[in-house]
Amino acid sequence: MYVAVKGGERAIDAAHAWLAEERRGDRTVAALSIDQIREQLALAVNRVMVEGSLYDPDLAALAIKQARGDLIEAIFLIRAYRTTLPRFGASNPVKTAEMAVVRRISATFKDLPGGQVLGPTFDYTHRLLDFALMAEGEAPIGLAEQGAAALGTLDPVPHVTEFLNRDGLIETEAPSDGTPPDLTREPMELPAARPLRLQALTRGDEGFVLSLAYSTQRGYGRTHAFVGELRIGSVAVEMEIPELGFAVEIGEIELTECESVNQFKGSKTEPPQFTRGYGLVFGQTERKAIAMSLVDRALRWKELGEDFTGAPAQDEEFVLMHADNVQATGFLEHIKLPHYVDFQSELELIRRLRSEAMAAITTTQEAAE
Amino acid sequence: MTTHDQTTTRQGWMGLLARAKPARLAALFPNLPPHDLLRSPEIGAVMVRGRTGATGAPFNLGEMTVTRCVLKLATGEVGHAHVQGRDKAHAARAAVLDALLAGPAAEDIRTCVLLPLQAEETAQRGARAAKAAATRVEFFTLVRGEDQ
Repeated sequence: MYVAVKGGERAIDAAHAWLAEERRGDRTVAALSIDQIREQLALAVNRVMVEGSLYDPDLAALAIKQARGDLIEAIFLIRAYRTTLPRFGASNPVKTAEMAVVRRISATFKDLPGGQVLGPTFDYTHRLLDFALMAEGEAPIGLAEQGAAALGTLDPVPHVTEFLNRDGLIETEAPSDGTPPDLTREPMELPAARPLRLQALTRGDEGFVLSLAYSTQRGYGRTHAFVGELRIGSVAVEMEIPELGFAVEIGEIELTECESVNQFKGSKTEPPQFTRGYGLVFGQTERKAIAMSLVDRALRWKELGEDFTGAPAQDEEFVLMHADNVQATGFLEHIKLPHYVDFQSELELIRRLRSEAMAAITTTQEAAE
Repeated sequence: MTTHDQTTTRQGWMGLLARAKPARLAALFPNLPPHDLLRSPEIGAVMVRGRTGATGAPFNLGEMTVTRCVLKLATGEVGHAHVQGRDKAHAARAAVLDALLAGPAAEDIRTCVLLPLQAEETAQRGARAAKAAATRVEFFTLVRGEDQ
């Protein structure tokens, strides 16, 4: 039970003023600009956009600054802002096959149409601290341009699953143009269809989704996943404008897409074939996209006629009800707020129980003597 | 020109104006002609959708900020804009240009605004694609001892 608490206004104001001062830090050090955060902490910005569920790099950068780098707090700020916006409509589904890729790799096919494109990746770095960055040295620029001049442009990059599909070796996605459920508009109902699960996973906490995906790799709902394809790049966002009677491009966003390819023994109705897991997230956020595709695949056990082994990643209710870090942090952190009346009643209860128990012990001891 | 062609052409410039950097657009076309706002620039959100497995059923990926505006020039042409982000001046400017492109000034606007924007976008996309191409890799699988 919550009871309004009065008082402490002056203390709260002072606490917030001090927070602002601490946020600024040492005033002999230059203040961070929103542009600097957006450009130089882009992956943090991406995470805030993904889990805040709002693509707007400037706002995400502002939220990170305001939250002093606490990304879950920043995500909370973005979610709160999002609720103030009128919804103009929904886009047409983005065409990731037409993505202008900056990165595209497959762990299952060595030679694939369009090639393996590493892009700006941390892979193959030595994970050694680069003290040159600390010495305020500028990163060497020009190297990428030199290479670029030598190697020309990219060919079209069809989805890897397309060529597996030709031989019928992988399941096909049934095309549909249904209106997907939206958990930001109606409360989530279980069992959830796959579109609702994907919405919950894409905005879910990266750490939570990562751990669940890892648990499937270690044997809790194992699905033998390979990264069939991982691609990062820009896609156009197109929306139908009713008063115009046609669709227009309203902008361009960066996405990361992961298609996992998984083993499947086959069922009574389906011959043995590969099955798929899918991950799609805003920005360059590949750990999340891969994790999402593994968890998506694990949650599909029922429709694929697999056994429920009791693994957490297979448990739709467990996954979907605990993936949201704003909900989680809200419920977790509320227990630090005043619960004096709750606690008062607990205190009285425990005192009564104790006095009864003590009385009982005394009576037993007296009887024994 | 058929209606279909006209629509395609209009879609082309509306997309280009929406993707343009607001500051760049303002530099190319600083002064807006007299107009009446039919729908004042308004900031909102559009739910971006993806498809399950890239080709299957649609699902909601998350929203993006969008600013829209509808206006009418003193000469009568109506312009629409839906542009990514929260820049009201960007939406108003894009709507003015959309209206002007339907009128007698179309050719001038094409030369002074659309062509430079298009050229810059093509150059920027080309540079990015070329950088990506420079990171293309050929993986080799090595013959293992037991296979020999």
